[in-house]
Amino acid sequence: MDTVVSPVRPFDASEPHRFARAVSDLRDGFGFWRLAVALAWGDIKQRYRGSILGPFWVTLTTAAMVVALGFFFSSIMKVDPTALFPWLAVSLIFWAMISQAITDGAECFISGEGVIRQIALPFTVHVLRCVLRNLMIAAHNLPLIFVVMFLFGISPGLAGLVFFGGLLIFVVNSFWMAFFFGIVCARFRDVPPILTSLMQLFFFITPIIWMPEQLGDRMAWLSLNPFNALMETMRSPLLGRPIGMEIWLQALGYSAALWALGLTLFTRFRGRIAFWV
Amino acid sequence: MPRIETQDLTIEFPLYHHNARSLKKLLLADAIRRVKRDAESRVVVAALSGLSFTIGKGERVALLGSNGSGKTTLLRTIAGIYEPVAGRLLVEGAIGSLIDSGAGMNPLLTGRENIMLRGLYRGLTKQDRRVMAGEVAEFSGLGEFIDLPIRSYSAGMNVRLSFAMATAINPEILLMDEWLLVGDANFMSKAEDRLTRLVTGVDILVIATHNMDIVRRCCTRAIKLDAGRIVADGPVEKVLGD
Repeated sequence: MDTVVSPVRPFDASEPHRFARAVSDLRDGFGFWRLAVALAWGDIKQRYRGSILGPFWVTLTTAAMVVALGFFFSSIMKVDPTALFPWLAVSLIFWAMISQAITDGAECFISGEGVIRQIALPFTVHVLRCVLRNLMIAAHNLPLIFVVMFLFGISPGLAGLVFFGGLLIFVVNSFWMAFFFGIVCARFRDVPPILTSLMQLFFFITPIIWMPEQLGDRMAWLSLNPFNALMETMRSPLLGRPIGMEIWLQALGYSAALWALGLTLFTRFRGRIAFWV
Repeated sequence: MPRIETQDLTIEFPLYHHNARSLKKLLLADAIRRVKRDAESRVVVAALSGLSFTIGKGERVALLGSNGSGKTTLLRTIAGIYEPVAGRLLVEGAIGSLIDSGAGMNPLLTGRENIMLRGLYRGLTKQDRRVMAGEVAEFSGLGEFIDLPIRSYSAGMNVRLSFAMATAINPEILLMDEWLLVGDANFMSKAEDRLTRLVTGVDILVIATHNMDIVRRCCTRAIKLDAGRIVADGPVEKVLGD
């Protein structure tokens, strides 16, 4: 035991070295990935305790929504069902994933307030816990996409693998969204309900229950909606729809801005989070 | 070489989620000592103000002071939970904390699973976690209950488990918030042994306590806090004698 080096933690408020500390927090936080996985899994067990279907309830309600909306739009609004059903299924599932990542991620520090004030852990662990938990829940919905694709005979071929690129962008985004919104919401408690309302708004103005072609010559406005680009990078490869380079550029551009904002906020306010929760 | 060094250490808690107007009226009152405005005119509670001390290897320090004097805040700051808003802090050595012995427990998990979870919180390898689980299960004397969810435990059983878990550490610096009092007479005597062995085995002990018996028995030095400032710092007999 004598040869073990003691850890040294110096802190000088006049020279806080905030960026270096943020980077160490990220690095050390990833070192605790096993803890984050165990906590995420524990959260899911806790949330669905006593229920029979557990997270598959989400799958069931999404399927019900797809069927109901699909029949409504195809029989009453006379939209072609073979294009509509797969579009609806994939869009609803991906939207649920995105909006859950945002609204749940916004609470990642607030919900960890007990542990934050009791145990010194990298803040990245709380974010990882949240992101992993939401990914685990989203994974229960993904089989539904493949069922729909099979039922409607959609087979995108190898090009469908591009979906994983879009998925990777989403995962990194949900990580930084949790940092950004988590910090803002820890400081300003009005923001979580505002976020929920905003997500409801975006549900309607993003092509989810309607298709972009319905906008006609006003389709260019969609480039102002970051969710559109994000959804397209995941959705179009799976459905075999063409996806232009400008969508990828938009997706990466908005994402890079998010990552930069998230890192900036984390660097500046990491030391304050424990005082805010 | 384990040590804790502070210079002008200052911790301030901002009061955001409260009624700002009523707080400003408060500031006008004469009896206010620690609620104040900081450099950016925010209303804060000055929990610790300008603390300077050095604790070296072999010292056992008692933190004394009335409720609200800043003892627990100081312990949490040393543990790395709060970052100073001014001043310097240097902590060298592996820290073990008994401040919140039940932290992070999940009532739906079994006793054993909770021990493994605590091992993950401590960053232990899988092998070390298994060893810890075996040792804690055995010491706590919970028998078959160790593999049942802790929701099904009585209060006494919960205390046994959290005590055994919290004390399954081997740090260089030990932080305590009051001496842990536990369980029935049987358990209490072997718990006392375990805690005493832990306390005498570490390089630095910092314990916040009101129990003068413990102070005289276990500590070499006492630091007395009042309203977030040090008012006395010296050998136990000298500080207690005043």
